Order: sequence, then C-alpha cells, then structure tokens
Amino acid sequence: MPDTITLQVARYRPDADAAPTTQEYVVPLREEWAVLDGLNYIKDRLDGTLSFRWSCRMGICGSCGMTVNGNPVLTCGTFLTDYAPGPIRIEPLANFPVVRDLVVEIEDFLRKLPAVKPWLVREDEQGVDDVEFLQTPAQLAEYQQYSMCINCMLCYAACPVYALEPDFLGPAAIALAQRYNLDSRDQGAHQRLDLLATAQGVWACTYVGECTSACPKGVDPAGAIQRYKLTAATRTLRSVLMPWAAR
Amino acid sequence: MTMAKRSSSEAMAWLLFSAGGVVSALLVPVLLLLSGVLFPLGLLVPEHAHLAAVLGHPLTKVVLLGLCMLALLHWAHRFRYTLYDGLRLKRLSVPINLLCYGGALAGSVWAAIVLF
Repeated sequence: MPDTITLQVARYRPDADAAPTTQEYVVPLREEWAVLDGLNYIKDRLDGTLSFRWSCRMGICGSCGMTVNGNPVLTCGTFLTDYAPGPIRIEPLANFPVVRDLVVEIEDFLRKLPAVKPWLVREDEQGVDDVEFLQTPAQLAEYQQYSMCINCMLCYAACPVYALEPDFLGPAAIALAQRYNLDSRDQGAHQRLDLLATAQGVWACTYVGECTSACPKGVDPAGAIQRYKLTAATRTLRSVLMPWAAR
Repeated sequence: MTMAKRSSSEAMAWLLFSAGGVVSALLVPVLLLLSGVLFPLGLLVPEHAHLAAVLGHPLTKVVLLGLCMLALLHWAHRFRYTLYDGLRLKRLSVPINLLCYGGALAGSVWAAIVLF
C-alpha cells in the first residue's frame, strides 16, 4: 500500500470564483482514516481555507455528507483505503446550491422537514404527567426503521426526481412523515395526508430507489413512499367517492 | 410550505398503474408460457373444441380485456414518466398525457373489438 493518496477537492468561493475548480492535495493514506480525516488533515496542515461541514465523526450527526467519486456518502464512514491508490474526487452534495467549497445550502430541506409535522400529533393534548403512552415491541417495529434517519440529505443528493423537481417534498421528509404515521401514539396522519398526497408529495416519486441505496442508516425511504402511495390513493379516492365520510 | 391540492387524478393513475403491474406480472408469464412455449412445442396439446370453448366464454373475454386494459394503463403511466423525466419533456405534459392515456384507451377499444 502506498503511503499517500491524492484528494481532488472541489473548491468554490462564490464571491471570488466564476465557477467551481478542483484542487489536488496529497494526504497520508492510513488504514484507519476516513475521507473526513483526509479533509481534516488538509484543513489543519495544508490549506486552512478549505471549508466543509462535520461534527461527530461517527455517522450520527449527518453533517459530513459529500459526493465522493460521484456517490453521495458520509465522509466519516467512507475510508480512504477503499479508494486506493486513488485519486479520490470529493465534491459537495449534488442537487443543493453551494455556499462555499464543500458546504451546501440546506434551507430547502429545513423548510420541507417541519411541513410534514415530524412529531407526535395528538388530538387530546394531555399534560406529560397525566399520560403514559405504552407501546408493544410490534408497534415499535412498525416505524423503528424510519426513525433511524439522521437528516444527512444523502437521499436528496441521490434522487434524480429531486434534481429535476426542486418542489418535490423528497425522500427523507416523506419517510419521516411515515415514521410518525405508523407510530401507534400518533393521531396526525390525516393532517399529513393533505401535504403528502399531492403532485409535489408522493406522486412525484417514480420509484427510482436511489434514496434507499444512498441511505447510510439502512432506512428505506423508497419503500416508505411506495407504501404511502397506496394509503394516499385509497384515502384520496374514498374522499372523492364518499365525500360525506369524514376525512 | 405552500399547500398544494390533494391530487385525485394522480391517485387514480397510480392505482391503475399499480393494478396493471400486479395483473401483468401474475398473468402474462402464464399466458406466454402456455401460448408461446408449451402449445407450439406440443408439450401440452389442448383439445381444439375445449380451447375454443374456454376462449369463447364471456368470463374469459372479460378477464382478457381487463388484463389488456390494465397492462396498457401500466404502460401509459410508466411511459409518461419516461418522457417527463427521462427525456425531460414535462413542459409537453398535455400532449404526452393525451398520447399515453389516449393510446391506452385506443388499445383497450381495439382489444375489445378483437375479443368480442
């Protein structure tokens, strides 16, 4: 194994550059180093002007998503040795505007996320002291997979529909809506229906499935969307055929 | 976020697409195996009168027409999105919808004429 590897890093300073450029850095190739360690080596030793987001280094915070050799990944969970002898191309997440270098503007996602009400919606607002929500292991298993989402937005970077239709609610937001829809303690499914069963909601998805391939946490957003399509279709048709029935 | 309206046309199109996919996946391989492999190779030789009676039965015709209609609607939905996203022609959505769903309707009418 060689001692070093070349990182080809996308650089872009909107105030100074007309277009993104690529800068090459040679970093040590160590078995235990993730791509993020290589970037931190650049930042600390070679070029302090390089900008990128990171925080936890352990696949929990969802900050360090970037495009590595064309694929959206968490750079803390992607190892340099997997790409040896290199070079490794590191670019910002696709489908998002670039703020600087590898940092992307995530405002669109942050706007969509609360729109699906990703919290427990209750019709009876009882105080915390008055109520205890019990749940069986089977009820937990219904939604647990979807609760693993860390909002890293790799699924948005991978989604070709989101690339074409920026209004698409997107994989993570819909999977999170399902996380609460399928929770036995939640009563807000009908509120989410009005947003999810629209042309910008589940109907925009053409089941490409790249979101599920890209997810670093084993969530299956494509499956969540497909499953919700049946719910949305039956609920929508029921309200058309039987307008007198509530919701 | 601005609230879009719940889309009942998309719901209907997707239900028919979905039904078409299921029905085609279940029935088409069986029909292909029978009429495309087993009968021509003589591995299964149905009595002509029996086969004619089965095909002439109104229930068979209704099932086959249903299969043709749903399979065509499955095609229409998929082809529509292939044109929208694959060829990036969403701005032409009106003629594309006419072509796809109109084509499925025309094919269904043709199937009905052939069957009945």
